[in-house]
Amino acid sequence: MFRVKEYVRAESLETAYQLNQKRSNVLLGGMMWLKMGRNYKAAAIDLSGLGLDTIQEDEEAFSIGCMCSLRQLEVHPGLNQYFDGVFRECTRSIVGVQFRNGATVGGSVFGRYGFSDVLTCLLMLDTSVELYKGGIVPLTEFVEMPYDRDILVRVIVKKDGRKAAYTSQRRSKTDFPLIACGVAKKEDQWYVTVGARPAKAALAVLPAGAPADRLALEAAERFSYGDNMRGSGEYRKHLAGVCIRRLMEQLNGEEA
Amino acid sequence: MKIQMTLNGKLTTAVIEPDMLLLDLLREKGCYSVKRGCETSNCGLCTVWMNGKPVLSCSVLAARADGAEITTLEGLQEEAAEVGAFLAAEGADQCGFCSPGLIMNVLAMERELSDPSYEEILEYLSENLCRCTGYMSQMRAIEAYLNRKKEG
Amino acid sequence: MNKHRTYVGSSVPKKDSMALVTGKPVYTDDIAPKDCLVVKLLRSPHAHALIEDIDISRAMAVPGIETVLTWKDVSPKRFTMAGQTYPEPSPYDRLLLDRRMRFVGDVAAIVAGETEEAVDRALRAIKIKYQVLEPVLDFRTAKDNEILVHPEDSWRSLCPVGADNKRNLCASADDVHGDVEGILASCAHVVEQTYHVKANQQAMMETFRTFATLDPYGRLVVTSSTQVPFHVRRIVAHALDIPKSQVRVIKPRIGGGFGAKQTVVSEVYPALVTWKTGKASKLVFSRYESQIASSPRHEMEVTVRLGADENGIFQAIDLYTLSNTGAFGEHGPTTVGLSGHKSIPLYSTPKAFRFHYDVVYTNTMSAGAYRGYGATQGIFALESAVNEMARKLDMDPVRLRELNMVHEGDVMPAYYGETANSCALDRCMARAKELMKWDEKFPCRDMGNGKVRSVGVAMSMQGSAISGVDVAGVTLKLNDDGFYSMVIGAADMGTGCDTTLAQIAADCLGCDLDNIVTHGVDTDVAPYDSGSYASSTAYLTGMAAVKASQSMVAKIKEKGAEYLGLTADEVEFDGEQVYSLEGDASISLKDIGNKVMCSNGKALEVTEAHSSPVSPPPFMVGMAEIEMDKETCAYELINYVAVVDCGTPINPSLVRVQTEGGLGQGIGMAMFEDVTRSERGRVYENSFMQYKLPSRMDVGRIQVEFEQSYEPTGPFGVKSIGEVVINTPSPAIAGAVANAAGVQIRELPITPEKIFRELHEQRNKQRQK
Repeated sequence: MFRVKEYVRAESLETAYQLNQKRSNVLLGGMMWLKMGRNYKAAAIDLSGLGLDTIQEDEEAFSIGCMCSLRQLEVHPGLNQYFDGVFRECTRSIVGVQFRNGATVGGSVFGRYGFSDVLTCLLMLDTSVELYKGGIVPLTEFVEMPYDRDILVRVIVKKDGRKAAYTSQRRSKTDFPLIACGVAKKEDQWYVTVGARPAKAALAVLPAGAPADRLALEAAERFSYGDNMRGSGEYRKHLAGVCIRRLMEQLNGEEA
Repeated sequence: MKIQMTLNGKLTTAVIEPDMLLLDLLREKGCYSVKRGCETSNCGLCTVWMNGKPVLSCSVLAARADGAEITTLEGLQEEAAEVGAFLAAEGADQCGFCSPGLIMNVLAMERELSDPSYEEILEYLSENLCRCTGYMSQMRAIEAYLNRKKEG
Repeated sequence: MNKHRTYVGSSVPKKDSMALVTGKPVYTDDIAPKDCLVVKLLRSPHAHALIEDIDISRAMAVPGIETVLTWKDVSPKRFTMAGQTYPEPSPYDRLLLDRRMRFVGDVAAIVAGETEEAVDRALRAIKIKYQVLEPVLDFRTAKDNEILVHPEDSWRSLCPVGADNKRNLCASADDVHGDVEGILASCAHVVEQTYHVKANQQAMMETFRTFATLDPYGRLVVTSSTQVPFHVRRIVAHALDIPKSQVRVIKPRIGGGFGAKQTVVSEVYPALVTWKTGKASKLVFSRYESQIASSPRHEMEVTVRLGADENGIFQAIDLYTLSNTGAFGEHGPTTVGLSGHKSIPLYSTPKAFRFHYDVVYTNTMSAGAYRGYGATQGIFALESAVNEMARKLDMDPVRLRELNMVHEGDVMPAYYGETANSCALDRCMARAKELMKWDEKFPCRDMGNGKVRSVGVAMSMQGSAISGVDVAGVTLKLNDDGFYSMVIGAADMGTGCDTTLAQIAADCLGCDLDNIVTHGVDTDVAPYDSGSYASSTAYLTGMAAVKASQSMVAKIKEKGAEYLGLTADEVEFDGEQVYSLEGDASISLKDIGNKVMCSNGKALEVTEAHSSPVSPPPFMVGMAEIEMDKETCAYELINYVAVVDCGTPINPSLVRVQTEGGLGQGIGMAMFEDVTRSERGRVYENSFMQYKLPSRMDVGRIQVEFEQSYEPTGPFGVKSIGEVVINTPSPAIAGAVANAAGVQIRELPITPEKIFRELHEQRNKQRQK
């Protein structure tokens, strides 16, 4: 149940930031998770009116506003062309079109949820987040940072030439992932991310060269795995090894 | 607080609590086609259009509808009857509780995708859960509906 | 009489289709008065506890709160919420509000107020001091456990079902035919295994909901999303301890039931509020409540011993079922019966069988009726055991079934000695085999890309109504201009019986379907009908519709003859005219309808009831084709073939959708729908986020065909369809998984991880050897 005494459509990031400094206030994303559980808040701060719902592309990077929906990531032609459709792949199983029209990139990334496909995907790329006060922070750092009252304004994905691939395994087709894996390759480096372990996604960087089956097992070993309703740590680890190997083979195959 | 939205083509004002959900506001405004089926954004029963896009009205604050264009099945009665006739011909309406949300999303899909494949239809409508039909009859009806112009 | 088109066998759309698909306000919550009090329930956080003290003063002080009701406010007479014919086999083990909390989610108090917000505040303001007790959560340890779920002396069992509350027993029995032990000992092959089915949720899209009002006579009017309006009337009267004459029940359109609404889950609470306050009130269950405190399938563990000779001919079956009825006994004594009575008779070869069971109370959510009603659990077990036997014999499981299955004309000793007067099971198997291309696909094919495709098979049966118990009623009235009203007590819950029963009547009356208006259920108006459950409506109420139509035709002839100055045996009726058999005198139905409204002493109105001494089983064969990833053990359902014998399909579209829908639920149950609990008894799958119904991306392609038989005791040869269709997916998919991976999964749902673990264990065992 979500209860709030006041709704504020922020006129600027500064007012939003000031309001958000109160612990009793809350910043609205897509409202997907906020309305579940018990949330009693003083004010809900909405960033809807600030033009943060676009994806901009330039020579160097994609800049994704925090109020972009997951559906925008899924169908954005530039983003998917540059990264071989991984944004479509990492979003298409998230509940459904209506859900993805509501859920926001900012909410997904700021939440740093264990089950997040989007976080798993972004983490294998050269991604940073732009925080209103904190400035630009690499995503690898951001995922380790404690939750604070700053505002995630944009997500920036560098066009650094990485080739990327993504996969997940789920109980039913649109459930949370049981395991989520991303593998990207640039020159002689593999960037491997595993999410839904069930802990939040983490990144391992490995030098290329060794055969995929050996590297995949090595990569899978770098992560910790745990149990939840969807599966055991032991099974997750097995799946991670298989998924990483297949993604590596897929990228190797595309190169060849 | 007071909001103003365009509901099914008509400028509508409402005095709402700041935490009211769009779903509850719409039912209060007589849009009974909008149903609640879960509390976790999973079932698709409450699908309406916000500025032309299908969204879950259970997950949208009514306050966010201020200035927006909201469409429910009440505003699409002719099209509802047209899609619905295909569903009824297959017996796919069954209990009917998920039908409005499904039809809203079918009509959204029709506007967004041109000539979708069977797999694309499955994916677009995946959040419209139905417990009666096992989906096959709905899919036959939706394919027939989408093909009606090709053949006619 | 056949001037008109015939409707039986024709796929006409449902009469209410257009209202449903255009989103008209036709469901309970849509039509509730706007000034209803909001009713919510305070639920126990403990699996087993006694309320020592309950302080409602702060809750009552919340502005807008009308009433807060506790155990002090209810009748001390126990009753059951099971929608069954009186005297119910389910024990009288409930109070409307009790001091003892028996599961996490049990109701401790009722709050009613003007707004949802006020009620929520009041719920938080109620202070309860619980004496927390040790619960019994594992149904395997419940029987004769020192912890009793129902220690109270006021507990009553009205029927001899082998119940004993001092042993945590809701029911028990032992039924032996022939020398089971002797025969099993001499069998060349015996499969002995235990199979586990979880407490699956019906998960109809419309959750439980009811509103109550008082009428001008001070009577209680209960409008509810129910399958059993007449049982609701009786149960509400029992719960409130008021005369049955004071209760009227109305059923509007229902957003699905599947058995869930054969239990009075939500009705008694607003009924009590309105009776006490005199004000209209409404209770709408959240999905969360529907998941944790409702009426799901009985969790069962079924142990099968199946013996066969060296040729694969079955010799004996021993089936033991342990059923978990949870905190209360609704449908406990009856569901368990079907686990044996509707599995064992699939085979006519065994010379002996034994069916014994225990139904136990535990401190978990009370179970109820879910499509299949125990047959689903028994068939998962027996059909899995038959698949395991086939592998033991190195025989095609289709062939094994062909050697042993029941045929038309066979007497079924395990089915109350009934004869299978209509049975196309053999033809179903032959056709399913063709559709699936079984011979090409069995057991599996390596696809060469790390994937393997395999097939699995299962058979199923159910009943058609409860023999010698269920009662159906149909009233027909002739009105102005000759249109008929048909008033029924059976509940259309989306299944379409308002239409299919009219199809039957239209054919019997020789009229257009549109010339019959169907009136849904109002207990003040409709003739008595047990309700829509036990696969009864088409078969039983259908026959009542035939009888009522025949009586109506006789009345029309009599009246028409009177107007023509003839006797009834001198005229005929063709649906439009009553005409003289000699000469050309005639009078139209329209004229008769109008004429009887002036100077007439005989009403053109009939009511007929029907009951059946037999319950003819529909039969079916289901075949699953899956594709499994050899490394991850993840699998997808590619294709499901079902061939069904439901006698004559009245409305082929609706019968097909029943089949596809039942299969969809069966597929969910087989693959995803799990129920697990914390150590303290809290259900984890408490939302659609955690309890995964299949989406349209999960069900693969479902192919359905019918092999007709003709059931002599059914209207137009009809048997039932609603339940038989849910039973095959679990054993067929388990069979396909076994054919792909070489391991049999005996607990639902069949998850990739379970397959992975079994394989792992198997490999470890082989290494140790």
